[in-house]
Order: sequence, then C-alpha cells, then structure tokens
Amino acid sequence: MDSVSFFGIAKSSVSLVERKSMSTTMIQRLKGQALQWLCRPTQGGLTAALTISLVFLLGQESACAQDAEVVQKHADTVWTLVGAALVFFMQAGFAMVETGFTRAKNAANIMMKNLMDFCMGCCAFWFIGFGLMFGENTGFFGRSWFAFSWQQAHEAGDWPFTFFVFQMVFAATAATIVSGAMAERTKFVAYLIYSVVISGLIYPISGGWAWNGLFGDYNGGTSGWLEDLGFIDFAGSGVVHLVGGASALAGAMVLGPRIGKYGPNGEPRAIPGHNLPLGMLGVFILTLGWIGFNAGSTTAASPDIGWIAMNTLLAASAGAIGATITCWVHFGKPDMTFAANGVLAGLVGITAPCNTVHPVGALIIGSVAGILVVISAVILDTVLKIDDPVGAISVHGTCGIWGVLAAGIPWFAHANSGVTWAQFGVQVVGALAYFFWPFLTCLILFLILKATVGLRTSAEEELAGLDVGEHGNVAYPDFVTASAELEQP
Amino acid sequence: MKKIEAIIRPFKLDEVKVALVNAGIVGMTVTEVRGFGRQKGQTERYRGSEYTVEFLQKLKVEIVVEDELVDTVVEKLIAAARTGEIGDGKIFISPVEKTIRIRTGEVNRDAL
Repeated sequence: MDSVSFFGIAKSSVSLVERKSMSTTMIQRLKGQALQWLCRPTQGGLTAALTISLVFLLGQESACAQDAEVVQKHADTVWTLVGAALVFFMQAGFAMVETGFTRAKNAANIMMKNLMDFCMGCCAFWFIGFGLMFGENTGFFGRSWFAFSWQQAHEAGDWPFTFFVFQMVFAATAATIVSGAMAERTKFVAYLIYSVVISGLIYPISGGWAWNGLFGDYNGGTSGWLEDLGFIDFAGSGVVHLVGGASALAGAMVLGPRIGKYGPNGEPRAIPGHNLPLGMLGVFILTLGWIGFNAGSTTAASPDIGWIAMNTLLAASAGAIGATITCWVHFGKPDMTFAANGVLAGLVGITAPCNTVHPVGALIIGSVAGILVVISAVILDTVLKIDDPVGAISVHGTCGIWGVLAAGIPWFAHANSGVTWAQFGVQVVGALAYFFWPFLTCLILFLILKATVGLRTSAEEELAGLDVGEHGNVAYPDFVTASAELEQP
Repeated sequence: MKKIEAIIRPFKLDEVKVALVNAGIVGMTVTEVRGFGRQKGQTERYRGSEYTVEFLQKLKVEIVVEDELVDTVVEKLIAAARTGEIGDGKIFISPVEKTIRIRTGEVNRDAL
C-alpha cells in the first residue's frame, strides 16, 4: 500500500462519517486511528514513508476539510446517479405491470409505448422541459437552461448533468403512468404526441412550482410559487404521481372503455390479464426502483437516505397488507392484482412525506393508501364506469392526493419536521393544483388528438389486438416458422 | 385396434400414465383441451368483477391398443382417474382402421 491510496481511504472514511463540515474531534479521532494503524508491528516496513506523508497531511486540517468537501460532492453525484438508475429501472416495472395485467394480443404494443414514451420524453425534457421546470423562474415557469450545452453545465460545476439525468427519469415516470390506464385501445401515434407534450410541457411547468428551488444555485436563486408557500412534496406524490394519475384519468375518460368491458346493462366485466406473475415481477421492480425514487431525492449522499428508504418500504408493505385485507373482506378472496396495486399505492402515498414522517406514520399512510386504492378502483369500475385496466388512476391519482395531504398531517410527522396543521392547508392547495393542471391540460390535449390524428384504434383492430394492427408484431408467435422452403401451390 | 380417448382432470395425469404403462401400453398422446360437461363452468373474480369460466381445463389422453387390451386398459384408467366428484371426465372408444409407423412403414400390430 502506498501513501497515496492510504490518503484515499482516510478521506473517504471521513466523508462517510460526517457530511460537508468536519469537526476537530473527528480529525483527532482520525489521527489516533491512523497512528494506531501505523504502530502495528506487521506494517513496520511502510512506517517511514507513511509517517512523512501523514505529518504533511494531518498538519493541514483545513486542506483535509476541503478534501472532504470534494469527496462529499463526488459522493452526492454517485448517489444521485445510482438513484437515477434505479428510477430508470422503474420503466421496466411499469412495462411488466401493464403487460401482465392486460391481454396477450396487446403485449408488444405496451412494450413499445413504455419504451417510446421514455425516449420521446427524454429528448423533449432536454430540449424544453428542464428549462421550464428548473430555469430562472419568473412566476409560472422557468425560462433558462433550455437545451443546455456541455459548456454551460460544465462551467456550472458539472452538477447540472447529474441533476438533469435524475429529473429526466422522474419526468419519464409521470409520462409512463398514463399508458396503463389507456392500454389496449390507444392509437400509437397519438400516444407518441402525448408523450412529448407531457414530458416537454405539462409535467415540467407544474413540477417547477414545487421543485424549481432545488436548482436554485444555478438558476439565479428562484423558486416556484407552491414552494414559496411551504408546500411539502419530497419525492413527488403530487409532482410526479398525481400528475400522471390525473392525466391518466383524462385519457381514460376521453377514450372510453375497452370493447366488452361493460355489458348491455352497464355491468362491469372482468377482462383478466394474461400474465399475473409478470405483473407481480413488475411490482417488485417498481419497489426496488422506488428506493432510488425516494431516497435518491435527497440528491445528496446524506445520512437521511436510510430512514427515507425505511419509511418507503414500511409504507409499501402496509399498502399491500391494507389492500389485501380490504379485498379479502369485500370480495371473499385476496386478489393478487389488488395486492400488487396495494404495494404501489403505499409507495405513492409515502413519496411526498417520506422524509418528514416517523415509522408509525409511514405504516398508517401506507395502510390507508392500500385501502383507498381498492375502494377507488371499485368506484371507478362500477360507479363512474371509467375503464382503467391496470388501476393506474387509483394507484397514482387517488393515492397521490392522499400522499400530498398526508405530508401535512402533524400526527404522522417526526419530531424535527416542524409540520403543523397550517401545513395541511398548503398541502390542499398543492393537491388541487396537481390534480387540475394536468387533468385539464391533458383533457384538452386528448380531445385535440381525438379530433385530429385520432385517439382510438378501430374496433376491428382492438378486437384483433394492437400488436398486429399497430406494429405488425406478435408478442408470442407460436407456430410461426421461418421456413423459406414452403412451396406455393 | 381401438382408440381410447379419455378426458381427465389435469392433476390425474401422472396416476393415469403410471396405471396405463403398468397395463402394458407403450405410447400415449396427451393434449390440453377445454370444454364443459354437466359440471358446467365455474365463477371466478378478477379485480372485483365476477366472470364465468365456461370452458374448463382438461387433458385428453389418446391411446391406440389391440382389441384384447381394451377392457384392462379402461378398467385401470377409470381406477386412476376417478375422484367420485362431478368433473372426472369421460372415455370414448372407437375403432381404428389402420396404423402406420412413419419411420419404417410398418403397419397395424407391428406399428403399435
């Protein structure tokens, strides 16, 4: 071991123990540890070189503190990108849930929608979305950082690259929620246009209301209007999930139910999904990704990522238990698809308050979300007659509202959060804003699409499946051969 | 030669196979089939909505045997496939005109 790598170890151990600032006692302890290590007989051969280096290093405590700051900055970047990678993987989770809970004849179409909404959204978010959300905010939306250059971000200390990636995968999450509610009957081209509009305009504008200030060091210190009110939405129950859920509601309303979903007297019929294990795999993937979604939202390698992850998993578990018990009692059997929705409901519910609540609060928020998701799905299905094949509106919309409101309930908040009932009023304003903005804008968007390119496929295509009609693909092509030797009669 | 077609419960396949092999048959064909008899369908639930599965999953076992084997085979088959509840299935026996082994061109008894 040479002296350089020893310094590396010393620096990283400091950064793990203490964030940003380093106290004198910490340095004393480090010195003690290092000297103790040096004095061990087995390391005798290295002692001379290391002692010289250590005297040089530890003699300059301020230099050490500066190093710690650099390491902290790098650790923040690493953790934020790890979080972004986990959130990106949620796209796979959504794809599996949506295809598992729908019919085999539309599986390839759902895969294409889940891939392309990410790809279209990614480009749109760089061109315009990021600037609207995080640029210099003069009231309603941001006006700088559109299609930012390498130069611009590099001169700002490289952090905008990392921050962009993390925020871009969030935008893609909001966009992809809608495809589940609109599954099995939406025209592919209309969905592509929708993807660009939500990732480029609708999501970023409302996102900036609560999160513009996260980029304050780079946009001239501006912030969004909800943020100024003190609105709490740590990782996006409102900003991401409610926006997706409300858009999904608008989409499902304009589209109408799938053929065969309702009988002649309006009674709902079951259209069972073709691969429930695949759907549940998607739920596991989403839960994994959500650790990045919530704990990654610190965008800093700080000690609170642990308790955020803990609250996240507690709420997810409570959500599944709540949903399972609710449908067990109500329908007589614990339906797997509702249990799956319950996990996601708990996760959506805890997303806004994940860093301000205590563990019991997380459990209650999750359980209530699990109960709400079943009730909401049944009401949508039987009373409002809005066909949502995978339960996206209930999971992300209903529980998104619940998550935003729950963040303002002092009973759930931990001792240091400072949440009072005044906060609840702010949360109500936020919930209204994050419901009506995406709902109304998407309603207009889908009506325009319906009148122009067409929003819904033909009845023949819907019955035959969108895989063949839209893409010319078959997801599970049994008995299709690649033989070139078939003779024509 | 006779063809014995038996519609059985899927979970009875192993027992039926063992019983028939013990009775002396050397080959069988199994197909996944759906249908209904007096048992009719059954009601299930998906996301809160009830639906009826009208065509239940069964397996169809087909074997072709010499005439003199038919009675023993059927007897063993019934013993293996029976539960006594509605839905145990049915057996159909029909004459077979000719059997040919594709590989060798052997016919009838030699081909079985």
